[in-house]
Amino acid sequence: MKTEDLKNTQEYKYGFTTDVENIRAPKGLSEETIKFISKIKKEPKWMLDWRLKAYNRLKVLKEPNWQKPKYPKINYQDLYYYSAPKSASEKPKSLDEIDPKILETYKKLGIPLVEQQRLNGIAVDAVFDSVSVATTFKEELTKKGIIFCSISEAIQKHPELVKKYLGSVIPLSDHYFATLNSAVFTDGSFVYIPPSTRCPMELSTYFRINASETGQFERTLIIADKGSYVSYLEGCTAPMRDENQLHAANVELVALDDAEIKYSTVQNWYPGDKNGVGGIYNFVTKRGACRGKNSKISWTQVETGSAITWKYPSCILQGDNSVGEFYSIAITNNFQKADTGTKMIHLGKNTKSKIISKGISAGNADNMYRGLVDIKNKASNSRNYTQCDSLLMGNKCGAHTVPYIKNNNATSTIEHEATTTKINEDQLYYCNQRGLDQEEAVSLIVNGFCKEVLQQLPMEFAVEAQKLVSISLEGSVG
Amino acid sequence: MLSIQNLEARIDNKNILNGLNLNINPGEVHAIMGPNGSGKSTLANVLSGKNGYETKGLIKFNETDLNDLSTEERAQKGIFLAFQYPLEIPGVNTNIFLRTSLNAVRKAKGEKEIDTLTFLKLIKEKASELGIDEKFLSRQLNVGFSGGEKKKNEILQMKLLQPKLSILDETDSGLDIDALRIVADGVNSYKNKDNAFLIITHYQRLLDYIKPDFIHVLSNGKIAKTGGAELGIELEKTGYANIS
Repeated sequence: MKTEDLKNTQEYKYGFTTDVENIRAPKGLSEETIKFISKIKKEPKWMLDWRLKAYNRLKVLKEPNWQKPKYPKINYQDLYYYSAPKSASEKPKSLDEIDPKILETYKKLGIPLVEQQRLNGIAVDAVFDSVSVATTFKEELTKKGIIFCSISEAIQKHPELVKKYLGSVIPLSDHYFATLNSAVFTDGSFVYIPPSTRCPMELSTYFRINASETGQFERTLIIADKGSYVSYLEGCTAPMRDENQLHAANVELVALDDAEIKYSTVQNWYPGDKNGVGGIYNFVTKRGACRGKNSKISWTQVETGSAITWKYPSCILQGDNSVGEFYSIAITNNFQKADTGTKMIHLGKNTKSKIISKGISAGNADNMYRGLVDIKNKASNSRNYTQCDSLLMGNKCGAHTVPYIKNNNATSTIEHEATTTKINEDQLYYCNQRGLDQEEAVSLIVNGFCKEVLQQLPMEFAVEAQKLVSISLEGSVG
Repeated sequence: MLSIQNLEARIDNKNILNGLNLNINPGEVHAIMGPNGSGKSTLANVLSGKNGYETKGLIKFNETDLNDLSTEERAQKGIFLAFQYPLEIPGVNTNIFLRTSLNAVRKAKGEKEIDTLTFLKLIKEKASELGIDEKFLSRQLNVGFSGGEKKKNEILQMKLLQPKLSILDETDSGLDIDALRIVADGVNSYKNKDNAFLIITHYQRLLDYIKPDFIHVLSNGKIAKTGGAELGIELEKTGYANIS
């Protein structure tokens, strides 16, 4: 290993690949590919029809191009839409049957799946390329009537729920990448929390891209029935490669009356190297519907990876008194780019939303907050509070804030605050004078800057996220 | 302990220090007085290794040439600067900052990091010596602190890190009589035969509480006059006009 490689590995410690034999769909996007995916997943006909409907719709859609980060044209015929370890194509029935190489991969990622080492109080669904390889704590959850499984399994075992809710938040023809996902999605998690049930543990999905020339099209659906509560966390990593890989996920959340969903993301896809070569295109559609009265959806995201992050986790506040929250940390270093924010659509009366966004930009990176707050005419007495803070490190990076604000109800109020600051040399000097080196000082100051968001994360992950924040900025001030 | 020979310092093409000489031995308290713009704070900044200065001359600290060391290395070797304007760091809990700092210094000395419980016990003890309320330790570092609280916090950090040379840059400015006494008591209780102090001040009043062994008057970037504690009282009467 060359010194440079070694250095890179330290900076992105999840950059390794796992050597497993794969089963792939034929290359390219076609009806044949979609049929292949549907068949290998043993899907019922209605699911295949749904996919094909999306595919037909896709043919007339155009890729959006209004975003700030531009990228070279993606050749959709040059991608594999399904790649799965051969050993996982027949889903293993127990953990003993999983390829030890895959178990080892997750162990290296800090997500041990085998029983003795499982994370305490956290149930994990592990998605490797296009398939879910394992879900832990299933029995414990089943006893409470909670369904936590891969979406593929849910399509077979809980078709009534999937049919009812899939595509109900992100319609089939929503936009290019969402429709692409609907046509070719491979795996992801499914969660159903029955009425009046508080999910006793954190649910989490760990996404791993392993194979090259492959896109990952994850699909997640979470339904919190009346009066229920669930906290869900997703983590993501990928190997270091010179190519750009596409991750186009759709995540739909539905909260019924008095239900609450807390959805946290720690996104650490491979960001590309110091010169901006390689890295993941993270083009994701995440949307939650607060469908019932008094329901609540809270998004927390820590976005440190990916070459380009382009996503707006949103809340549709349909139910009266419903609450939407968005807490975000987006860190871009080197040549990374982010165009991220949220949409809060207020439809019901007395709906509330809160947006706290912290953007940190270093190196040559560009960081954009883009967000919509839309209070419709029937949403009386609704409120929004938005706070966007940007922190710049060095003088080659950029930070932008683009809020779209619409208020069609005279009884409702919207507040927006924004700040942009440069990392303060005197603060760094003060920390240095107390014995902290430059990296420790930056880490401390930046973690302080992000605190309001970090403290929203489940405790188990907050410490990890803090470390990640520090690692992402290593070498950015010097 | 500290030996400064012919120190020159420039910032933005302006000479601030012009051949300053100073020797400090363990157990000594030195005060630096002088008119505004005479280079007092620059001396503190240069000793602590603040960026932005062009320097010439020798600064030896316990046989190490300080010019070779970064700010944090100097701090780790036992140079402490109590800031004239302590910085606010939003979102960072005071306790966490103090512990991170203590551990950085311990690590550099090859000592084990201190665990949370031992630290909390230690910091409570130090805080109560300075009459600092415990609640204050869980607030964000210096954010919304009064002038007096910020200065007390500096002295708390000094007592925690146990430096060999403590530089107090106008720590008395903006303090009421009670806070001044607490700060002075903090210094006096820490003072021993192994450590030394360099106290930068405009006024005699701090020196009523902390008795200096030497008082130096800085003028035009040089030490223009050196005397004992009585020099401060004299200056209070006559001002700096007669010294150049």
